Amino acid sequence: MSTWMTILAASLACYGLKLIGVSLPESVLGHPRVQRIAALLPVAMLSALIATDLFDSGRHYSADWHTLVGVGVGAFALWRGRSLLVVFVLAIATTALLRQFA
Amino acid sequence: MGSGPIFASALRVAIRTLLLVTTWPATPPCEAQSADSDREAFSERTAILRAAAGIAVYAGVFGLAFGAVASAAGLDVIQAVVLSAVMFTGASQFALVGILDAGGSPFAALAAALLLGVRNAFYGVPVSDIVRPRGLRRLLTAHLVIDETTAMAVAQTNRRAGRYAFWATGIGLFSMWNIGTLAGALIGSNINTSALGLDAAAPAIFLALLWPQLARDRAPAVACGAVVVALALVPIVPPGVPIIAAATVAVAAGLAPARSDSGAGEGHR
Repeated sequence: MSTWMTILAASLACYGLKLIGVSLPESVLGHPRVQRIAALLPVAMLSALIATDLFDSGRHYSADWHTLVGVGVGAFALWRGRSLLVVFVLAIATTALLRQFA
Repeated sequence: MGSGPIFASALRVAIRTLLLVTTWPATPPCEAQSADSDREAFSERTAILRAAAGIAVYAGVFGLAFGAVASAAGLDVIQAVVLSAVMFTGASQFALVGILDAGGSPFAALAAALLLGVRNAFYGVPVSDIVRPRGLRRLLTAHLVIDETTAMAVAQTNRRAGRYAFWATGIGLFSMWNIGTLAGALIGSNINTSALGLDAAAPAIFLALLWPQLARDRAPAVACGAVVVALALVPIVPPGVPIIAAATVAVAAGLAPARSDSGAGEGHR
């Protein structure tokens, strides 16, 4: 599958999921257990994405400490109740500055 | 209601709200606003526009980051913009691009994007109840169903305000997300994304999206379990697969019997 095929297939499928949501009667998606899985899916996926972004470089482990500290500063900002934008800017600015000067 | 005036006023207040945005709490708007939203009639209009403009501003910045990251991952400008315009669900887009960049298979990338997009189907239920789209408008409504538009729509106390919030947020966010992506992709091919710290962009955004959800029942355990499963599989399976495997943690935790709501129909396992 080419990159274009992947992009188009994934885009249309993601749109299909949204269309299902606004089209299906509530009873189908309303089951508590189904809803609980749907609510926990992004928690699991996002956690796994963060972990692999930071420690996975294709079948072996490695970590870049500049990025780790940058994301750590972002996490601290989140904990302090800062907005998404502040967290984002702090994380990339810290990473960039450390890489430049440290 | 026309979409033009909404977007125009959203842009007009965008600059003014830049300051406001920097102090915006990282909690979802539904929790941040529900407390002071029971005013009469439609006085929420200004507040809705202000919040929508704030969301549009950060969508522009995140879009910029996405464009740059996509470009660094080897996607061309059109591919990056098509993702933002057609897929239009940030976490799925970052996941897809990240897995392709890491050398994962197209199927792994597609599966991760889909699993992250499943939540949008569930957002559709409250949204369609508030927006009540008819005919072709249903197709457009579906496209705009994402975290932010849903949170804004359900945060309002009446249906009229909810509908207004949905469209104002959706149109502003969609526009800025795509403009940002285009700009990021155009710039991205000419800059050193590593020197600008943009490799921290995706994990920082994922963390910011994850953070408010950790308050959910079982979420901290699911997050830890997912990290363990994903990292344990790194040396064994191709790139991208550890992320998909982590989905099983959510399914297992969701299927486990609830402690509080026992009427959930046990015995489905």
